[in-house]
Amino acid sequence: MQVIKVEHLSKQYAIGGTTHNTLRDAVGGFFRRNSAPSLQIFNALDGINFTVSEGETLGIIGSNGAGKSTLLKILSRITKPTSGSAEIRGRVGSLLEVGTGFHNELSGRENIYLNGAILGMKRSEIESKFAEIVEFSEIEKFLDTPVKHYSSGMYMRLAFSIAAHLEPEVLIVDEVLAVGDASFQKKCLGKMREVGEKGRTVIFVSHDMNAITRLCDRVIWLKDGTIRMDDEAKKVVGAYLHEQANLGAERTWEDGDSAPGNEYARLRSLRVCDENGESIQTADIRRPVGIEMIYQVLKAGKVMVPNLHFFDESGTCIFASHDWDSKWRTEPRTVGRFTSTVWIPGNFLSEGSIFVGVAVTTYEPLEVHFVEWDAVTFNVIDSLDGDSARGDYAGLMPGVVRPVLRWENE
Amino acid sequence: MSSEEIESIKPIHIEPRGSRVGLDLRELWAYRELLYFLTLRDIKIRYKQTAIGVAWAVLQPVVTTAIFTVIFSTWARFETADIAYPLFVLSALVIWLFASTSITVASNSFVNNANLVTKVYFPRLIVPFAATLASLFDLIFSVAILIILMVYYGVVPTTQLLLAPVFIILALVLAAAFGTLLSALTVRYRDVKFALPFSLQVWMIASPIFYPVSMLSEKWRLAYAINPLTGVIDGFRSSLFGLPFNWPIIGVSSGSIIVLCLISIVVFKRMEDDFADII
Repeated sequence: MQVIKVEHLSKQYAIGGTTHNTLRDAVGGFFRRNSAPSLQIFNALDGINFTVSEGETLGIIGSNGAGKSTLLKILSRITKPTSGSAEIRGRVGSLLEVGTGFHNELSGRENIYLNGAILGMKRSEIESKFAEIVEFSEIEKFLDTPVKHYSSGMYMRLAFSIAAHLEPEVLIVDEVLAVGDASFQKKCLGKMREVGEKGRTVIFVSHDMNAITRLCDRVIWLKDGTIRMDDEAKKVVGAYLHEQANLGAERTWEDGDSAPGNEYARLRSLRVCDENGESIQTADIRRPVGIEMIYQVLKAGKVMVPNLHFFDESGTCIFASHDWDSKWRTEPRTVGRFTSTVWIPGNFLSEGSIFVGVAVTTYEPLEVHFVEWDAVTFNVIDSLDGDSARGDYAGLMPGVVRPVLRWENE
Repeated sequence: MSSEEIESIKPIHIEPRGSRVGLDLRELWAYRELLYFLTLRDIKIRYKQTAIGVAWAVLQPVVTTAIFTVIFSTWARFETADIAYPLFVLSALVIWLFASTSITVASNSFVNNANLVTKVYFPRLIVPFAATLASLFDLIFSVAILIILMVYYGVVPTTQLLLAPVFIILALVLAAAFGTLLSALTVRYRDVKFALPFSLQVWMIASPIFYPVSMLSEKWRLAYAINPLTGVIDGFRSSLFGLPFNWPIIGVSSGSIIVLCLISIVVFKRMEDDFADII
């Protein structure tokens, strides 16, 4: 039984040029007929077709700008397609953000009701699941405290607990597991899996290829607004990662408006370099590697923490690093161009392709100014000179990291 | 859930903009709980955030009444049919302050709830409606002051008082319609926000708040009633003080309100599909 049927779905956005932004212009434009504004059309989705059956868990992957968010927004009925159509049977619960509509001044209890209603739950439904939600979130003690006093971890746990108890026929989830501590993430993944097993249909977008392969039966890979591949999860993820491996180790966003970012900060460039600051594509496993990010702060006043995430070929996050060193850890940023470089020591990463995700985040309250997954990639190689962790061994070496450690012998 | 059950569910159709017209009242009703929670949120926040909270809801009508009383009973005297001037002004301010506050709040409601509009689906009309309903809460305070003042001046209510809620409901419909219209326009046109405070001032002067409708010559009164507040305020006063209702004026103003509702719905429905993309 088909639960979702998508036919020739397209969405175009007009970028640049001018639409009438003031009522004065709009009224003026009405009398001046020949003032056709010059607009550039961008195809976010370009005629895609697919169906999803009852009980299926469908993953959607693709790089930023491939159309994933647009697709989810259309299926969630937040925005309308430009052409084509979609049909969904059953109640749709969409989770494009954790804690949508949470209000800082309201208590945890009040936010459970508000957020539940926003996500489409009935009051009676929220009431019957209230105890379960509170227990799942592990915040019992702070239930009547305004959420502005919560740590970001508590905030996220509460927000996700509410969402996890949503029981629609179709659940649409966007990249929401990238938050919270590992054990809670696991708990959430478990909850989602449960949802899938109860015969509900789930559409799940993530950059976490592990989560995608674990949770999904089938994966659609979107590229430039079209379906690049639609097949069994493992096959699609493998093909995707293979292509991603050829991303390049240096990227610059020339156009300030389309660069990843918001009104506070925008990413300008990201590159991989060696100790001398030279750009490299391939790093010697024994030498330190630098990741240099340049970003523009457009609006002063927020404490911003640049951070980088490193993934291996299987999509496992090797580690993340946040800049807690500089004076900007506590001081609000001023407007300007900033360069932050992180140094990964030699003899730390394993051989193979490393994918770098870059972000600038404000932590209290949590706000991600930009995040670009798979922004650059580089290769780590071991030239087998005998002084790496391999020593003289040339065979298969497992492990996501490869440190050279001290051994003691008696 | 079994396949048969799923098959029996009426599918949701997602189609390009413009293909769906009309007001889906059934859907709006299905989301009534969200309306309730959003209204509750707005009320709670208003009274939690502003340090003077309730004081603001009380001070605004009291101070405005005092100022008008000082000015107009000293320099200009209006024929107020034996109603004490403070009472005359306050009875109109109850309506006016509610209408102007709720219209202002509603017109900014989408901008303030941008995160909801871009992340969740629900009938968009709920946003300005919740803002309007939350403003209704202030009315409790101004009505309380009005009752105190009526007791103080020894006003003996007549059976006409039973009609007072009708005019408050008319004011609510007017405010909801206007607020909804402006909320849509504000998303699209950034200058609406700046034009609003001045427009409201003009509207206040153009409404029978500190002067009576009877000040205008007979032949202009009906034209004057095109301003929907004219009939609402005049009718509200008549019901409070047991004065004869001026039905033609109330009729014309009610007509205005209906027209405003229609315009508001048409404009809103035409614009709402783009909210998430342009907000």
